[in-house]
Amino acid sequence: MAKSRTIRDGGSAVAGGGLLSRRKLLKGAALGGTAAALSQGVIEAVHAEAEPPDWATLPGEEVRGYGLPAPQEADVKRTQFQIYEDLSPEFGFSGTPLQKLRGSITPNGLHFEVHHGGRPEIAPEQHRLMIHGLVERPLQFDLASLDRYPMVSRVHFIECAGNGFLNAVEPEPQDVGLDVLAGLVSNAEWTGVPLSILMEEAGVKTEGKWVIAIGADAAGLSRSIPMEKILADGMLALHQNGERIRPEQGYPMRTLLPGYEGNMNVKWVTSLQVASQPAFTRDESGAYSDPLPDGRAVRFSFAMGVKSVITHPSGTMTMNGPGLYEISGLAWSGGGAIARVEISADGGTSWADADLQQPVQSKALTRFTIPWRWDGSPTRLLSRATDSKGRTQPTRAAWKARYHPTNINHYNAIQAWDVTPEGKVANAYA
Amino acid sequence: MPMRSGFAALALLGLATTTSMAEGPGLGVPLSEADIPAFAIHIMPDGTGLPDGSGTAAEGAEIYEFQCAFCHGETASEGPIEPLAAPHPGEFSRAAGSYWPYATTLFDYIRRAMPFHAPKSLEDDEVYALTAFVLARSGVIDETDPMDAKTLPKVEMPARDLTVDLWRLQGEEPF
Repeated sequence: MAKSRTIRDGGSAVAGGGLLSRRKLLKGAALGGTAAALSQGVIEAVHAEAEPPDWATLPGEEVRGYGLPAPQEADVKRTQFQIYEDLSPEFGFSGTPLQKLRGSITPNGLHFEVHHGGRPEIAPEQHRLMIHGLVERPLQFDLASLDRYPMVSRVHFIECAGNGFLNAVEPEPQDVGLDVLAGLVSNAEWTGVPLSILMEEAGVKTEGKWVIAIGADAAGLSRSIPMEKILADGMLALHQNGERIRPEQGYPMRTLLPGYEGNMNVKWVTSLQVASQPAFTRDESGAYSDPLPDGRAVRFSFAMGVKSVITHPSGTMTMNGPGLYEISGLAWSGGGAIARVEISADGGTSWADADLQQPVQSKALTRFTIPWRWDGSPTRLLSRATDSKGRTQPTRAAWKARYHPTNINHYNAIQAWDVTPEGKVANAYA
Repeated sequence: MPMRSGFAALALLGLATTTSMAEGPGLGVPLSEADIPAFAIHIMPDGTGLPDGSGTAAEGAEIYEFQCAFCHGETASEGPIEPLAAPHPGEFSRAAGSYWPYATTLFDYIRRAMPFHAPKSLEDDEVYALTAFVLARSGVIDETDPMDAKTLPKVEMPARDLTVDLWRLQGEEPF
């Protein structure tokens, strides 16, 4: 057995702990016979069933207007949190089950949510967008009018500033999955009207340096956005992965600020008030500020830092015995594109570069993979992303040292997974 | 006024209109002041946007008991949800009264989002009174100080100078 393993891997190791080179591995598989023999074994087992299955002997279901996942996939759901339970259950959030998804686009029904005053049911024909304040021509737009404007489509992640809150503040690593540890990030193709077009129509006065975006929800959520960002790549998003934005994501419209913390991508947006200064809204004064050890607080920290998580394998999973696996995960940065993701399978002693799934898009989730032969011994898996501006992820200790112990915002430390000899994978602090 | 500069101004205007039309169909409808609801206008730290009206902490205490104490606690410092006043002045707390840099934020937020199950239902006088109540409980103003469009922006919050303004310091470069 040890001998055949040596032949199969054919000198393709790129780092300790069993990390392999995909290129060399593919080359080896083409020449070697063991991998092919294994595959054949699987195929024979499937073909051993002599009778055709029911679904092959009767016509299937009729066409339907809106498709749904297979009923057997019913447990692929967002994980819900209602931290104030009975007092205000409408204040809640739900995390994307990153560990149950592949690729890089988040299905619309699984995009994470955070609502401060519940999910409103907006009548789209009664909704309007107002642009006022320091503009030459205060204007209002209805949805039908906005539909006639030129639109752009871009793939971008949205990440809650508090994504990773458990690892940020829990003294011991909690044994939970990525839906809880990092599920407040999702990725979609957003389509909408560049905010620069609408601002130009309203005529921004020279002293108009900020835009206060306000939602039509019960919370009237409000954030101050630099005009520079609004004009650079701000979007009034109307569509999400092609279809109209889901109610959870701001139906019928939201601000989309690529790379900026989720809270600023104001859902159900109804007002864009142009101002000369930031408004110090409730969220930028309180929950979305980042307290420091000396009692001060970082405010107006907009872009999300570079970050990555291995999704396969990840916390709460159990590996199915030693052998060849593909480590797979997601990396992103609010400051640009992902340039590099390094993986360690020996607790950080050695690292190897993962392959990045193309195209790598700026401020979008990027899938990475690397082959790994697990020999069955206990180990620690780590991923470390670097973005196009050379920023890289800190260790948890380095991140903690920057902030007050209670800070949960902008957590982007290296995520570690411990693997036991039984194959159990669990959250760890590296 | 020489004729030439008049033409120049017209030409500039024409150019701007052409650019605008090239990008969007120009379907925005004029919005008058009267058409803008209160919640669509954010109160600024200098007081811009504050409406008429006034209230005191004593008036606020009565409203607080019925509208707010259920979530924020009898004394406004124990919660269970988001304590508004720090239980121990001087200790780190994210309570609004000790952590928020500007008192105007209290008025704006209470008016747009509170009480949680009936937001935008309070009169401006009630919002001023509740703002005064939270500030008095936080030891920022006296119980008898009335809060209105003139006094509220002048309130010096304990955290006014405790902001590290990252955008001003380094733009969008993360901390």
